[in-house]
Amino acid sequence: MADPKKEFDWFDKPSSRKLLWWILWITCGLTVVAELFIHRHPHFGIDGFFSFYSVMGFVGCAAMILVAKGLGVFLKRNENYYGDLEEETPPDDIDGNAS
Amino acid sequence: MEMLANIPPSFLLFAGAIITVLLRGTARNIFLVALPALAFVHIAYLPSGNGLQISFLPGFGDLEMLRVDKLSKAFGYIFTLNAAAALLFAFYVKKAVQHTAALVYIGSALGVVFAGDLITLYIYWELMAVSSTFVILARDTFKAKGAAFRYVMVHIFGGLLLLAGIVITFSSGGSIAFDSFDYSGANLGTWLILGGFLVNAAAPGVSAWLSDAYPEASVTGGVILSAYTTKTSVYVLLRAFHGWEPLIWIGCIMTVFGIIYALLENDMRRILAYSIINQVGFMVCAAGIGTDMAISGATAHAFCHIIYKSLLWMSAGAVLYRTGISRCTELGGLYKTMPLTLIFGTIGALAISAVPLTSGFTSKTIIIAATEHEHLLWPWIVLELASAGVFLHAGIKFPYFVFFNQDRGLRPKEAPSTMLWAMGILSFLCIYLGIRPQALYDILPYTVDYQAYTVSHVVTQMQLLMFSALVFFLFLPMLKRTPTISLDTDWIYRKGGQFLYSTCDYLLNGINALAHKTLIAGFTKSVIRFAEEGPTRLLAWILTPIWELSGTSKEQQVKLRDELNEKAQKGVFPIGITACLSVVILGILFFF
Repeated sequence: MADPKKEFDWFDKPSSRKLLWWILWITCGLTVVAELFIHRHPHFGIDGFFSFYSVMGFVGCAAMILVAKGLGVFLKRNENYYGDLEEETPPDDIDGNAS
Repeated sequence: MEMLANIPPSFLLFAGAIITVLLRGTARNIFLVALPALAFVHIAYLPSGNGLQISFLPGFGDLEMLRVDKLSKAFGYIFTLNAAAALLFAFYVKKAVQHTAALVYIGSALGVVFAGDLITLYIYWELMAVSSTFVILARDTFKAKGAAFRYVMVHIFGGLLLLAGIVITFSSGGSIAFDSFDYSGANLGTWLILGGFLVNAAAPGVSAWLSDAYPEASVTGGVILSAYTTKTSVYVLLRAFHGWEPLIWIGCIMTVFGIIYALLENDMRRILAYSIINQVGFMVCAAGIGTDMAISGATAHAFCHIIYKSLLWMSAGAVLYRTGISRCTELGGLYKTMPLTLIFGTIGALAISAVPLTSGFTSKTIIIAATEHEHLLWPWIVLELASAGVFLHAGIKFPYFVFFNQDRGLRPKEAPSTMLWAMGILSFLCIYLGIRPQALYDILPYTVDYQAYTVSHVVTQMQLLMFSALVFFLFLPMLKRTPTISLDTDWIYRKGGQFLYSTCDYLLNGINALAHKTLIAGFTKSVIRFAEEGPTRLLAWILTPIWELSGTSKEQQVKLRDELNEKAQKGVFPIGITACLSVVILGILFFF
């Protein structure tokens, strides 16, 4: 690691990021396509329609992010809100990790 | 062997806590890992039934220190297994104090698990609260001390609920036996006991102690704390409150609450703390469902959860150990220099997200299947959504913001080898239990007729997870971390405490000031002035007509009055005047 030129930085490259995006989209697509070839046993009825789980994952997560974002407006506070923020290295640090 | 069969596993750890103090260096480290391993073997050989009975006060029945069945054994296994891994991780720790507290803490958690009566349970319950407080205090920072104080106050409250519940249950004709309580026969006593248990389960409204205190503990402290308090609570709920319907909804709320707060959070270990609440929600919900399948599912999930959650806390701990930073806004790009920590952390993250081939997939899905079997539509929807949300906040957010995201120029060394070994072992278990879950299913309290790996399960789970991942990256700009904290219910006692303090300060010190002003500065001063000047003034007042009659001039009167004042202050009246005054006063007394 001494030589910064040799450092492994694959994930920082725009081309790699682009590739990862492609992989993500394709995997998502594959999971939906795979449903065509399986026989499901819905328990409730609503879970019977095609690609139910992908819709649930997408809509559910989007909703949770939006709710969290909305609540954040009311709940987020400055780090020193309780007045206990001390930029400190513990005097006798048990983890001994001060570096 | 007969003798050994009567020794509760907790005693082994308590003995170890004392021995630890006497050992140093490598010997201590080896001892610390060997001890829980020994306890693990001991639990494996414990015969089912009630081992150690101690007679208590007459009329109460015997204390059952060692009730062994499949449920208690399953929790016993994972508690000791995790302790061994966590203490291997902790090889770098020089001070024994945290280990002593940790062993007492783990020992008392084991005590709760093997307790067969409510009094034994209560004693271990309180011991667990006190010893875990010392684990938090061991970090010795200003914030840790504050958090530990709040932590112990909340747990004292929970302990008192439990105690009150036990007393009421017993005095209204119940026994001290710790068995399941019937929901239809619920009374104040059982509700209070449930309340005490729910405080430790981090139920909604009383959960803030967890996310407040755990992230303030030391690197190892966090790993140890993450496993025991909430999971002993899951154990007692499974044991005593299975089938209590409100638990289904409490569990559902916990799963969503944990996700929302974890999404808002910036501190990586606080993200993991909120994620504990989310995961325990699944288990609490399963306890509420209360079928054999749900109880076994919750036990399996607790087992796997402890492993991958410890693993996640370890990887976050290793990052904190090497960088001294735990805020996502200051972390990033660590994959370059801490690749093994990243890999192990990611295995934990995948396991918590229940990705196929990991232990989360083979355990959590049993609980979800239990909701399907009972046709509980809304709990099922919430748990499925929560499963997707787990991938969002713990599965991707944690590794992404810590190890990828933006390179902030941090180039820490890879974690120490013992940390890597501990993480490696737990990673192996996460995958092993994901591929061969039967080993786990065999130790569950009830036989599980569940097939995790059907094509349909795998495909639907992958749909759920991959689209959650897609949402994460599509919404990434909205998930940008901010250097903030989020208000939780601890606001009530943190700001409430400050408010009470300042109100008392204003009111009581106000009364003080008023009293000073009117009594000390006002009234007392007047009394003193009267005592000092009163007699002279009186004299002057009496003498003025005499001076007038004797024809003394105004100037001379003023002079005489001044002289009188001076003499009175010095107390040097000529005897003549003193005698004269005495006569005057006697005269006054005579007339009245």
